This record gives sequence, C-alpha cells and structure tokens, in this order.
Amino acid sequence: MGTIGVIFRRELAAYFTTPVAYVFIVIFLVLAGAMTFYVGNFFERGQADLQPFFDFQPWLYLFLIPALSMRLWAEERKSGSLEMLLTLPVTVPQAVLGKFLAAWVFIGIALALTVPLWLTVNYLGHPDNGVILAGYLGSFLMAGAFLAIGAACSALTKSQVIAFVISAAVCFVFIAMGSRIVLGPIEATLPGWLIQTVTSLSFLDHFSGIARGQVALSDAIFFVSVMALFLFANTLLVELKKAD
Amino acid sequence: MHLIEIEGLAKSFGPIEAVRGISFTLDRGEVLGFLGPNGAGKSTTMKMLAGFLTPSAGSARICGHDVVTDGLAARRRLGYLPEGAPAYPDMAAGDFLKFVANVRGYRGAEAHRMVAQAVERVELGAVLNQPIETLSKGFKRRVGLAQALLHDPDVLILDEPTDGLDPNQKHHVRELIAGMAATKAIIISTHILEEVDAVCTRAMVIAGGRILVDGTPAELEARSPYHHAVYVRTTTPVPEAILAELAALPQVRRLEPSGRADDNGIYVLPAGDADTAQYVRHLLGLRGVAVAELRVERGRLDGVFRDITQAAA
Repeated sequence: MGTIGVIFRRELAAYFTTPVAYVFIVIFLVLAGAMTFYVGNFFERGQADLQPFFDFQPWLYLFLIPALSMRLWAEERKSGSLEMLLTLPVTVPQAVLGKFLAAWVFIGIALALTVPLWLTVNYLGHPDNGVILAGYLGSFLMAGAFLAIGAACSALTKSQVIAFVISAAVCFVFIAMGSRIVLGPIEATLPGWLIQTVTSLSFLDHFSGIARGQVALSDAIFFVSVMALFLFANTLLVELKKAD
Repeated sequence: MHLIEIEGLAKSFGPIEAVRGISFTLDRGEVLGFLGPNGAGKSTTMKMLAGFLTPSAGSARICGHDVVTDGLAARRRLGYLPEGAPAYPDMAAGDFLKFVANVRGYRGAEAHRMVAQAVERVELGAVLNQPIETLSKGFKRRVGLAQALLHDPDVLILDEPTDGLDPNQKHHVRELIAGMAATKAIIISTHILEEVDAVCTRAMVIAGGRILVDGTPAELEARSPYHHAVYVRTTTPVPEAILAELAALPQVRRLEPSGRADDNGIYVLPAGDADTAQYVRHLLGLRGVAVAELRVERGRLDGVFRDITQAAA
C-alpha cells in the first residue's frame, strides 16, 4: 500500500466517521428512486429497463457531487490540516489522487446501493442486463468527471460554499454544452468548428449513448480525459494556492 | 554535514517581503529559538524549511537534501509542528497518529510501535480514542507534537510548541524538548522569552524578515542594561546621602528605583565587568543599612527583545 493508498483509506474512512456518508447515501437513494418512479414513470412505461433511472443521473449528480467534493480541499485549507498533510512525505499528486479516488469509490458505493432497482426490473421482466451494466459504468465514469471538476473547484477557495456554487455552475455548463443554454449566446459569433467542439464536450450526449447500451470507447475516453484534465488542474491549484 | 543549512532564504508574497535573506546552519545538539514580533517572518521561514512554501530566493537543506529539489527526502528526515497544531478534527487521536505513521512508510506492528512510543513520550494515552476536536488545547498540541516526533527525526521544527498551554503543560513540553536536544537539531519559535532561556542553546531574534541577533541566550541577556545589575531591597528606605554615596562608586553606572510601590528596592546598574554586588554589600554594611534582599540580575530578555526589534522597525 503506497502513499496514495494510505490517503485513500483515511479519506474513505472519514466519510463514514461523520454523518456525511449516511446523509449523502440516503438522499442519493431517495432522489434516485423518486426520479425513477415518479418523474420517469418507471411502471407506466411498461418496459423492463433502467432508462428512467439513468436519465436523471446527470441532474442528480449536478448538485450532489459538488456537495461531496466541496470539502475536499477547501476544508483542509481552512483548518490548516493541509499544511500538516503536505509537510509529511507526500507529494501533491499523491494527495490529489488519494482524495479523488476515495470520493469516487464512495460514489461507487452509493451507486451500488441502487442494485435493488436492478433486481426489481429483473423480477418484473427480462431486461438486457448488458445495457444496464453499461449504464452503471457510464454513470460511474460521469460521476468521476463531475467529481474531478468539483475537486478542482474546491482547491480554488477556502470557502466550501463558494466551492459548491462554482462546481455546480461548471458542472451545469458541461451538462448543457449541447443545449441552447450554452450554444445560444455563442452560436452567432464563433466559427462552426468551435461550436462543434463545444457541443462534443456535452456530458449529456456522451452519457446518453452509454446509458442506452451503446458503449463507445470514445465516450469512456471522454470522461477519463475530463477527469485527467481536472485532476491535473487540481494539482496545479493546490500547489499555487496552498499558502494563501 | 550540518543538519540544517540555509543560504540567503527569501520569500515575498506579492509586494510584501516576508523573509529577506536568512542564512544559518544548525548542528546536532543545538536547540535554536526563533524570537521575533508577530509578522517577523518566523513562521514563513519554518514553512519554507518544512517544504510547504517555495522560497522566492536562496536555498535550504535538511540533512543535505534540498527542500525544493529533493523535498520528499528532506521531509522524511524532518518532524514539523505547524502553528496551531492542525490535524483532522473528526479522527481519533490514535487513528490520526497511525495515519501519519503509515504515510511515513511504517506498516503493521512497526507502525503500532512507533505510535505507542510517541504516545508515551507526550503522555497522550488517556485520550487516544477521543476525536481530536473534543480534546483540550493542551492535548491537541500534544497530538501535534506526537505527529512530529513519531519517526524520531533528526530535525525537528516546532512552530510555537507551547502556545496556549498552561504552565504545567509548558513545563512538560520544555522537558520533552530538552530531553531530545542532544540527538537532534531543533528549531522552535516562541514569544515567551523565558522559554529561550529554559530550552535553547541558541537564540535568534528575527524582525522584518532579517536576523538581527544570533547568539546564546546568555549573550542575549548580556545585552540587557540589567545584566549583572544588583537588586537591593532594604527594610526601611535608604537615606539620600547613602544613595548618593552608592551612585558615586566607580563600579556603579547609575541607580534606578525598582518602580514597585510596595518595596524599597533599587537596581544598581554596574559599570564595566566589576563584581558590583560585593561593593554594594560592603558599603551598605559599613553604613549599617539593614538589607532584606540582595541579588544579581541576569538580564531581562524582554527588554533586550524590545530594544532590538524596535530599533529595527
């Protein structure tokens, strides 16, 4: 177990020694269920799949993941424990990865607890379990991308509230990249290729493909790239701002 | 090889120059006390040594490892207590120390032994299972100290290790530092001048980001006008004529009332290195003045500190 592993374990354990883990998991499960059954009309559709469950995941993540990631760095800087951590024989990339992986696995646990939905749909009919598995994979990858954005935003500030608001705003932009909200203001001024680039960054488009069972490598690579990019930014921001 | 080597270390935050070129070396067996007003650059210097801040100029080495280019190796040899002893408030003290031991590369039984040893050294056993946020200030500071001592490092840097502790706890921490002094190079920062006297072998006064004085605590005391001054307290006020006679002694520079309303004490400030006490005692005895107390002052560090730092400001 290397340094990343030690930090990972401490971080993951920290979720469960405070109410954060329980509050997050309960709210996540309640909202995911409510969205699926009430808004997504799970029963009325009469189809044995988890489409309504996955369709709402981006919107659930939009505010739940910033709520989880806001404390990652802002809290450490505020309390001064960052100085303690980074004066141990720990490099910033190790700290960034350890924290990120712990939060990602934590979301994975929350996601895994939605398995009763999957059991339900298997009890009621004969769903394509490959599609459902792909949906879970896509959801987990997308959560990682949101989380990396949130972690980088948390490194920007000592204030958890500011970290939350900025992360949620940035995550929203990434969700809505392909929609009128983002494209409207830039359509007239920017050249076509740039508009297409912006559109291609849409989390929604990349996720909906996976969620419908079309696991394209490009979608997976997209989310992994977003994670890598924002974790790199996270590392730079911690280095730059740790002393503020 | 010196355990700590610093050359022209400087740090600016934008237009503010917090540290402007500090150079010194520290060897095993030395306990260096950083003295200086708030904002003098003490903490900034320590943070650069600990690898938390990157110097704007100059270099620093811990056990031969440059803190910037070889930071990981430098931090392995270093124990650092940041100001305020920050830790993870939700964690139990024992879990926190185990985490630090793991990060430092100790596993299993060895980590357990390291933690047990550090816990014993700072007497933390009673609160090991309590979350750090529920601990008193004294215990929190001890958790921080245990964290810094855990791996028995060659170099210890402690930023205000006794700040906020009660006199018993202060005494305990000082004993702890004194007990380790022979085998390590230690830097502590403090506002408490008696602490320098109690534990340090070397004192450095820093103000405005520069070293103003670097010497032993005794040398610092020798700068005080009260160094070797004789304090005399008599049962009844000393007659003016005898005072004048005292002041006229060639070994006496001048007299100064103690300034306290409730006694007749006077300070006899010495001229040169003469053993003034002997002459004072002799004269008072000759004139039949009843002496209640007579002692030789070592010097007042707080006065020296004020003189040095205010002259620089």
